Amino acid sequence: MTAPVLTPAPGAVDAAANNHSASLARRFAKDPIGMAALIFLSIVVLACAFAPLLTTNAPDKAVLGNILADPGNGLLLGGDSAGRDVFSRLLYGGQFSLLGALLALSIAVVLGGVSGLVAGYFGKWFDTLSSAAAAILMALPGMVVLLAARSVLGSSAWWAMSIFGVLLSASVFRLVRQTVQNVRNELYVDAARVAGLSDARIIFRHVLRVVRAPFIIQAASIGSVAIAIQAGLEFLGLGDMTIPTWGSMLNDGFARIYQQPLLVIWPALMIALVCLSLTLIANSVRDALENTGSRHRTRRTRTGRGAAAKTTTHSSNPTVAPAAAQNTGTHNSETPLLSVRNLHVGYHQADGSTTHIVHGINLDVHAGEVLGLIGESGSGKTQTAFSIMRLLPAGGAITDGQVLWGGRNLAELSERELTALRGKEIAYIPQEPMSNLDPSFTIGSQLVEPMRLHLGLNKADAKTRALDLLTRVGIVNPERVYSSYPHQVSGGMAQRVLIAGAISCNPRLLIADEPTTALDVTVQAEILDLLRSIQQEHGMGVIMVTHNFGVVADICDRVAVMRNGEIVETGPASTIFSEHTHPYTTQLFDAILTPDNIREPYRAPNTMKGEVTTP
Amino acid sequence: MNTPLLDIRNLVVDYPGKGLRAQPFRALDSVSIDVRPGECVGLVGESGSGKTTLGRAVLGLAPVTRGAIDFKGQNISVLSTRERRRLSSDIQVVFQDPYTSLNPSMTIGEILAEPLIAQHTAQSAARKRIAELLDQVKLPSDAVKRLPRDFSGGQRQRIAIARALALRPQLVICDEPVSALDLSTQARVLDLFTEIQRDTGVAYLFITHDLDVVRYVSHRVAVMYHGKIVERGDTAQVTTAPTHPYTQRLWMAAPIAEPVAQRERRERRLAMAADL
Repeated sequence: MTAPVLTPAPGAVDAAANNHSASLARRFAKDPIGMAALIFLSIVVLACAFAPLLTTNAPDKAVLGNILADPGNGLLLGGDSAGRDVFSRLLYGGQFSLLGALLALSIAVVLGGVSGLVAGYFGKWFDTLSSAAAAILMALPGMVVLLAARSVLGSSAWWAMSIFGVLLSASVFRLVRQTVQNVRNELYVDAARVAGLSDARIIFRHVLRVVRAPFIIQAASIGSVAIAIQAGLEFLGLGDMTIPTWGSMLNDGFARIYQQPLLVIWPALMIALVCLSLTLIANSVRDALENTGSRHRTRRTRTGRGAAAKTTTHSSNPTVAPAAAQNTGTHNSETPLLSVRNLHVGYHQADGSTTHIVHGINLDVHAGEVLGLIGESGSGKTQTAFSIMRLLPAGGAITDGQVLWGGRNLAELSERELTALRGKEIAYIPQEPMSNLDPSFTIGSQLVEPMRLHLGLNKADAKTRALDLLTRVGIVNPERVYSSYPHQVSGGMAQRVLIAGAISCNPRLLIADEPTTALDVTVQAEILDLLRSIQQEHGMGVIMVTHNFGVVADICDRVAVMRNGEIVETGPASTIFSEHTHPYTTQLFDAILTPDNIREPYRAPNTMKGEVTTP
Repeated sequence: MNTPLLDIRNLVVDYPGKGLRAQPFRALDSVSIDVRPGECVGLVGESGSGKTTLGRAVLGLAPVTRGAIDFKGQNISVLSTRERRRLSSDIQVVFQDPYTSLNPSMTIGEILAEPLIAQHTAQSAARKRIAELLDQVKLPSDAVKRLPRDFSGGQRQRIAIARALALRPQLVICDEPVSALDLSTQARVLDLFTEIQRDTGVAYLFITHDLDVVRYVSHRVAVMYHGKIVERGDTAQVTTAPTHPYTQRLWMAAPIAEPVAQRERRERRLAMAADL
């Protein structure tokens, strides 16, 4: 019994475990783009820091003969308009540009990060106040504030960058606050609190882990913005003209663009490449932190398992085929409404392979029959239901087999022909009623629309029919529900509305995907009663996808048990509960808690905490 | 010996309404319930009945408006955050959703070490305890290095159970711990719960909406409806001969996994509804 618990998919686990134990640095090193960006940025930073070692020319030493000189003659990148060494200025200017950006970035990150964390985690008055402050900061136009500050504080680049840091802190604040608020409501934070962790520990262990990834991305973009804005200020001539910076070099180069076009290239290239590498490094660090690299690997492993499972299909098929034949035998007199033959469903993967999740199943549904499609999560029952209507999520497709509907193969119909069929002849009831109603339209308008399309009714007739249907599905006040929005009704009511919608065009087949799983038992009983009476009234065929054997016993005529994309056993509901042959079916039925499974009466333990009592 | 471990008396929990003049919402209305050492008390009800709020109030995660929650004779509803933290070795929790109750970026080892760290357990002792816990919930010992996403729902719930047991608590609040699990996994996890209870003498307040589950694990059952307990008693009595009309309605609505018996129950339910 415990064997399956002990053996999770071996390949996937090994890969993930290795991946996690690999240090952050090693994961980062595997990303070539991030590494290249990091190497470039390190070279730039080191070159700027050790500028005196790389060039003997002082950045502000003007030599008349070098004015607008071409590269060469001891000047690596030539001379500028005052005859100064461009290479030297690029290095020394980098010191100020990078330090200025670092100043702005640190202020933004510390101020915004800490206040965002406190506001998001503790909330209350600090949240109200700091959110208001952030809103004001964001409303201020940055450039105008910087210009105003310059006229008051003088042309110091450091002041400008400090003020810019405060302005940028608002966006950091908003990001951190939002992320922290989301984490705070996670169950694992509640669990940590119950485990006795202090707030500081919870923030350190749980909250920061979630915040760090978006935070790093944001920080990199702030760093780039700071470099660019600083250069912009100096380019406009508003910076400190006594120190060399990339911005002032741009200014100089732009003024001489016709005489020496190369002058503008160097600082522009520097600014662009540094900003680009900051962003690329941030992306790689984020990926390494989130460990997203292994997703690809687990997916490939799953493909492997899918393929393995597929090869076993052939060996298990013989046991399925007779069972299917035997069951169609009970309805031999009539042709089935829907007939699924050797259906394969697969998903295309990024690496070009296909992961199969349904491996050649056969199903028949007759008019007036309720077929239960039962299985555990991941067994492929919902995928089968979706593929009948060809409504698989992106990447999914029927790869082989037939879905026969009145002599036509739905697997080969055009999208246009299928659209005409869906909703009219084959209707669908989802598991989550609320997420299948559009919150921005009234219930009435959502009911009327398909009827006008499929039945060609005019507005008034469609409304009358919608109200009739709402009454039919047991809604006491149809007028009120008709004009309500989805959020104004309960979950049970929403499911009734969807059932009303599903039967509005008199479909011949109804596919219900766990229609009562999200509902309370008393509501579930009412919904099942409703489905039964409607099904009998219209003689509809129904495919009931469920994992609840109580629902099967209540409503199904026939049952197909699915596991790993295969049907392992089918049989009439009246007998399959007592007579089943496949070991998996037996295992499932044995796990059902019947009313006879009842806990033995309470006996007070005679030992205290932690010690073993003999039963 | 029969003094209750947990004794809740006349508990009222109000949630403030949204908006300025809004009436507060009464989630729990004068609820009294007790749990004895080593006992499992099932709390059944439909969504919105207040059963989860009751569990959260015991854990100190819901605001107590009035009433008392006595744990071993001490009223724990009035504790400061610091005193409450000390209680964590006695009262623990297993939440419903095994997917969001484990931090996805922490390894199983880190997750299980968390309560131990909070109680300043030494590294080596913590490692030993984690190995014991994994063994107790029947997971392989190399699980410590893996991340939650490497495990299925049932396995994750075992990890959550191991975390709850780490400090050898006397009471575990189980908030719908098996309702997100597949049928066959569900039965195994429930067996694990009872086995651990037999071995360690821990008490459970077991919150669920599933009547078969509550019969399977509980010694006593309380039925909640609209923030009140409408019926309580020994499991056999409440689940076979309920007296309150709501409990009767609840029991009749639950489908039996056997077609013939279910048809009988359905017909009786419809007859009952017709009488009303």
